[in-house]
Amino acid sequence: MSQVEQKEVDRSGMQVSDEVAIEIRNMNKWYGDFHVLKDINVTVNRGERIVVCGPSGSGKSTLIRCINRLEQHQKGDIIVDGTELSSDLKNIDKIRSEVGMVFQHFNLFPHLTILENCTLAPIWVRKTPKKEAEEIAMHFLEKVKIPEQALKYPGQLSGGQQQRVAIARSLCMKPRIMLFDEPTSALDPEMIAEVLDTMIELAQEGMTMIVVTHEMGFARKVANRVIFMDQGQIVEQNEPEAFFNNPKSERTQLFLSQILGH
Amino acid sequence: MSDHSYVRTEMLSEQPAPLGETGVLKWMRENLFSSILNSIITVVSVIGILFVLALLLPWMFQPSWASGSLRQCLDDPNINGACWGVVRDRVNQLMYGFYPREEQWRPTLAFFLMLVAVAPVLFDKLPRKMIWFSAIYPFLGVWLLWGGSIWGPAMVVAGFVIGYFVFKVLHEIAGSLTGMIVAVLVTILWWMYGAGLAASGLNGIVPLGIEAVPSSVFGGFMLSMTIGISGIALSLPIGIMLALGRQSDMFIIKTLSVGYIELIRGVPLITLLFVASVLLNFFLPPGTSFDLILRVIIMVTLFAAAYMAEVIRGGLAALPKGQYEAADALGLDYWKSMRLIIMPQALKISIPGIVGSFIGLFKDTTLVSVIGLLDPVGLIVTIQGSTDWNGIVWELFLFVAMLFWVFCFSMSRYSMYLERKLQTSH
Repeated sequence: MSQVEQKEVDRSGMQVSDEVAIEIRNMNKWYGDFHVLKDINVTVNRGERIVVCGPSGSGKSTLIRCINRLEQHQKGDIIVDGTELSSDLKNIDKIRSEVGMVFQHFNLFPHLTILENCTLAPIWVRKTPKKEAEEIAMHFLEKVKIPEQALKYPGQLSGGQQQRVAIARSLCMKPRIMLFDEPTSALDPEMIAEVLDTMIELAQEGMTMIVVTHEMGFARKVANRVIFMDQGQIVEQNEPEAFFNNPKSERTQLFLSQILGH
Repeated sequence: MSDHSYVRTEMLSEQPAPLGETGVLKWMRENLFSSILNSIITVVSVIGILFVLALLLPWMFQPSWASGSLRQCLDDPNINGACWGVVRDRVNQLMYGFYPREEQWRPTLAFFLMLVAVAPVLFDKLPRKMIWFSAIYPFLGVWLLWGGSIWGPAMVVAGFVIGYFVFKVLHEIAGSLTGMIVAVLVTILWWMYGAGLAASGLNGIVPLGIEAVPSSVFGGFMLSMTIGISGIALSLPIGIMLALGRQSDMFIIKTLSVGYIELIRGVPLITLLFVASVLLNFFLPPGTSFDLILRVIIMVTLFAAAYMAEVIRGGLAALPKGQYEAADALGLDYWKSMRLIIMPQALKISIPGIVGSFIGLFKDTTLVSVIGLLDPVGLIVTIQGSTDWNGIVWELFLFVAMLFWVFCFSMSRYSMYLERKLQTSH
């Protein structure tokens, strides 16, 4: 987090609108008998940057994986961009093509080149002509600063580069919302900064983002809201300034002291 | 002042390796004489190999090519070992069985066209247009081998064309699922009732064809190739579907796939071949005669597909869950994510197992001699029974073994080439 804290982040592009992007109402989820998510209520407006944090096993990854139906919730409603998530496959595919996701372990397709990784979904899901898809892909690869790697395979890139490709791959679908599931947890410290810089740039362009991360520096600079989860529940949520300087619940104070203490 | 403080001012450059650390000498020292035990094994093995060759080579190199019977070989004082005359005398039979001589160019042509048809599938550098020939080849090949009117295979192809147009029209009106079901039904109905009539009708107007050759004269290596290659080409797609079925969330499909795989894998191939040769006729409605070779191909395919499914399931299981999730998260539907993301990787992992199954299938074709088909092994028994060659053993088996080895070894080499080519992480 240190690299990020050294720079001031220009927040002028980060505008939150009144329009609702994601609405989660009384959402509950069980794994078998285990109650992983309890009565989750979150509303995300367009342009918001939300950081979700909490101890491991608190359900934060499960929460964002419910938003694009990688996990199925059993009770309550999730409405993404006006479409309600139900078992209807058409709705699920529609939401998935509008919501980009970046994973902890990048999950690039190792048998395809970087360029092919980026053009695959636009060509097969959006029916974009190949040439146009390639132009879009190169545009986003330039944005994440690795256009020169386009013809290599994921296995030939460093972790940080792979994660930036994963971000570019999601952006190629022109998503309206981006979900980040611990995007820097599998990276060496040297590479965390390059990925966070890419994410900051994205935030400055007004992307709606939900980020599960332990990078508190990122949360302070970029987020407009921090959600703290424990044992499957939202324990505290607040603006970053207040959240870090004046945490209200005891559980949050303990968590922050552990994570910032050393 | 501290002795532990040190700062490197310039980076070291690379140096050449010391002498004796590269080349043949190094290789021999490392691989043949690295320890006392290794040296002993090396020496003993070399002696063993020389001993076998000293026995085998004199036996093999004999001026016996011209001899016309085993008696001639035994009576000739110059011949003191292998009697190769049998190969010269019977090579045609070992290759074509009892296929009529004047028509034998057809299987030969079919074989070389098969190589052309397979080439674009095996090597992706070849022009993609060639794949059209690969699509036509199954019908062309069958026509060349069995002969008859060209309208028969042409009307089978017409079934696909009809199905395609039915799908295209209905797809717009009634959606893709209905379109697919109706198209498949129409195609099957066409094959069952329309195709035969149309073929004989067209043959009445424009008689175009080559002489028909019945399955009963098929034999030799040609028969092994026909069964083996059809089995290989058909068992892979069926195996993929079964493997996907076994992984499916849908209970019925999953149960059917598991049941099929476990049932077929639990039964010896010979049993299935006997079913094909004897029992199948009891179950089919009276009057339908089903070609024996076709029945055998179906059984061999069904058998190999069960093994193939398990090999491919191994590949599917080896893929990290993240690949499925990433494909889902990008909005790819089930079939697209299988075709574009999951299968290319799962098949790549399974290449050694798949090719192993292919080789096994190809060699298993020799089992058809048990139900009276004259594959090379079946022919050996026939040749041994003839007056000229009564009592000959090694020469024939060596020759047939060599033919099989050439094909199996090429498959093995191709799989190694493919694995190297698909290697993307370095």
